[in-house]
Amino acid sequence: MTRTASQLAPEKESRTEQSLPDEHGMFGEYGGRYVAETLIEPLTELEQAYFRCKDDPEFIKEFDTDLANYVGRPSPLYHAKRLSQKCGGAQIYLKREDLNHTGAHKINNTIGQALLAKRMGKPRIIAETGAGQHGVASATVAARLGLECVVYMGEQDIHRQAPNVYRMRLLGAEVVPVTSGSKTLKDALNEALRDWVTNVDNTFYIIGTVAGPHPYPLLVRDFQAVIGREAKSQILEQTGRLPDALVACVGGGSNAMGLFYPFIDDENVNMFGVEAAGLGIDTDKHSAPLNAGRPGVLHGNRTYLMEDDDGQIIETHSISAGLDYPGVGPEHAWLKDIGRVEYEAVTDEEALSAFHELTRVEGIIPALESSHAVAYALQLARSMPSDKTILVNLSGRGDKDINTVADIEGITI
Amino acid sequence: MSRIKTCFSTLEKANRKALISYITAGDPHPDLTVSLMHTLVEAGTDIIELGVPFSDPMADGPVIQAACERALSHHTSLHHVLDIVKEFRSKDNQTPIVLMGYQNPIEVMGIEIFAETAKQNQVDGILTVDLPIEQADATVPVYRKNNLDNIFLIAPTTSAERIKNICQQSSGFVYYVSLKGVTGAGHLDTSEVESKVLEIKQATSLPVGVGFGIKDAESAGKVATFADAIVVGSAIIREIETQADNKEKMLKNIKTLLSEMRVAMDNVSSNEQTNKEVA
Repeated sequence: MTRTASQLAPEKESRTEQSLPDEHGMFGEYGGRYVAETLIEPLTELEQAYFRCKDDPEFIKEFDTDLANYVGRPSPLYHAKRLSQKCGGAQIYLKREDLNHTGAHKINNTIGQALLAKRMGKPRIIAETGAGQHGVASATVAARLGLECVVYMGEQDIHRQAPNVYRMRLLGAEVVPVTSGSKTLKDALNEALRDWVTNVDNTFYIIGTVAGPHPYPLLVRDFQAVIGREAKSQILEQTGRLPDALVACVGGGSNAMGLFYPFIDDENVNMFGVEAAGLGIDTDKHSAPLNAGRPGVLHGNRTYLMEDDDGQIIETHSISAGLDYPGVGPEHAWLKDIGRVEYEAVTDEEALSAFHELTRVEGIIPALESSHAVAYALQLARSMPSDKTILVNLSGRGDKDINTVADIEGITI
Repeated sequence: MSRIKTCFSTLEKANRKALISYITAGDPHPDLTVSLMHTLVEAGTDIIELGVPFSDPMADGPVIQAACERALSHHTSLHHVLDIVKEFRSKDNQTPIVLMGYQNPIEVMGIEIFAETAKQNQVDGILTVDLPIEQADATVPVYRKNNLDNIFLIAPTTSAERIKNICQQSSGFVYYVSLKGVTGAGHLDTSEVESKVLEIKQATSLPVGVGFGIKDAESAGKVATFADAIVVGSAIIREIETQADNKEKMLKNIKTLLSEMRVAMDNVSSNEQTNKEVA
């Protein structure tokens, strides 16, 4: 396979998406920079630094080299033959982001942002984390570059994801429990923003998903787009044509955006983003703002949100901590409104069943987040003939979730 | 003339600085908010900043966060806050009121409906923490049309160019965030604050208020030597928090805190006056 094109921003001129976000960071009516005044200047500095770096051959080379030799890219594209056969429908291909160093797609972005931090001369990085994958990925790059690292994590998530908490501490990061609000990812994000506003001179805030104030949705997407670029050339090499459908789970939406972005102009490729339906979309226990929320303003951007009639953000639920977030990246909000991507939702139970299915049939233990994508892909495959192909982003591995799964099944490890 | 403008020109004539007091509406209980507001005025407050509770107050420190959580435990919504202002106005038609909060509750209510109701209930100004000027195109004209002052923040990180642009969009006063941090944060470098406030005064004739790190008479007195207004919030909320079960004591402590600040600020003004006379 030829090594995937190395540029951060794809050069296709015809791309309608290419012009987005606009200079104010807007994707249509979504995105923007809804932050306290103190952060405007630092965000402008970050934007300028990123625009300098993204076309700088030195920076691109360093990023690519790290992705190849430290992360282990390109990640394989795997034809899940037994799973496809069992479904009796379309052929399912898995983009194996679970095989990256630290076990998820998150590292692609933290490598990129940490290199930016280094270029900007910031000795301290902070991050928020839900499932702990982004926290681990941040602590990892901080250790490697010798940067101080503080990770904010909701107290509830700290209990749910104990192994990742210990992993971060082993890597030398300070993990700060967040006890305000719902004690989950959204509160960790608030706390990280408060830290940044206080320590803005020496601190780089590594946001883990395609949300937050401009330029974060843009730069996280660009750093994650390596997933889609690789997948595109791999599927062409393996099948001789583009896939019929892409499927990825959506919490904040970085793995989905990374996969979708290079395919946006390929009109015959259908795209499906899969949100967490928790106990069901019709209950109040889910995390599916694109399916059941409405537009509003949170964490620096306008996007679809889970909120009550007074505009207060409501507590969400998902079996997977990484999808347990009341907002979603603004580019997804835009892609939903223009109808380019269809957003579906999968319940805890369906995700859990897909978790077991993939583990037993293919010998791959998926993260509970990624299990949502697998669950929807299985439904979709059944409705399609066997000469069609579905490309699923297997965004992370499930080792971190085995305690959660065991608990649910009443098993003590 | 708007209440805020009248307030500042009256104070200027008396050679006094404005004391702006912040509380979160609905904290510790919505039934207490109106009487708390009257207490603030009795203790020497010139302008009330009434916080609209929000579930995710990302620019606020732990003290105001906790106040929001207490208020939200009683479901204090933006509608309630507007009702509270109306009730307050039945006894006080003079003290300017600025609503301070975040954009999402306003959008859910609808910007037009919010502005019209705020005008009807005699709110005087709106300060939306997460709405910098670039995102305020939709709100500024609507508020202006409803005689609501648009109050924006200026931060230590704000460039000279932006200061100009912000002042152009502002009316009533501009609010200088005295430090890099959240509300209720630690140490204030008053000489740094002074040079920035003087820079802002070059760009606008509007009064400049200073807030975010002022917690006692000493800091209030220092800042009052160069600013037109002092904003105090977390220090008041701390009294509310510790005396939540004892209303009398709560009101008494708040009165003491504000009266001391008032005295420190007025001393500064009279010293300035004396100096001027001597000069």
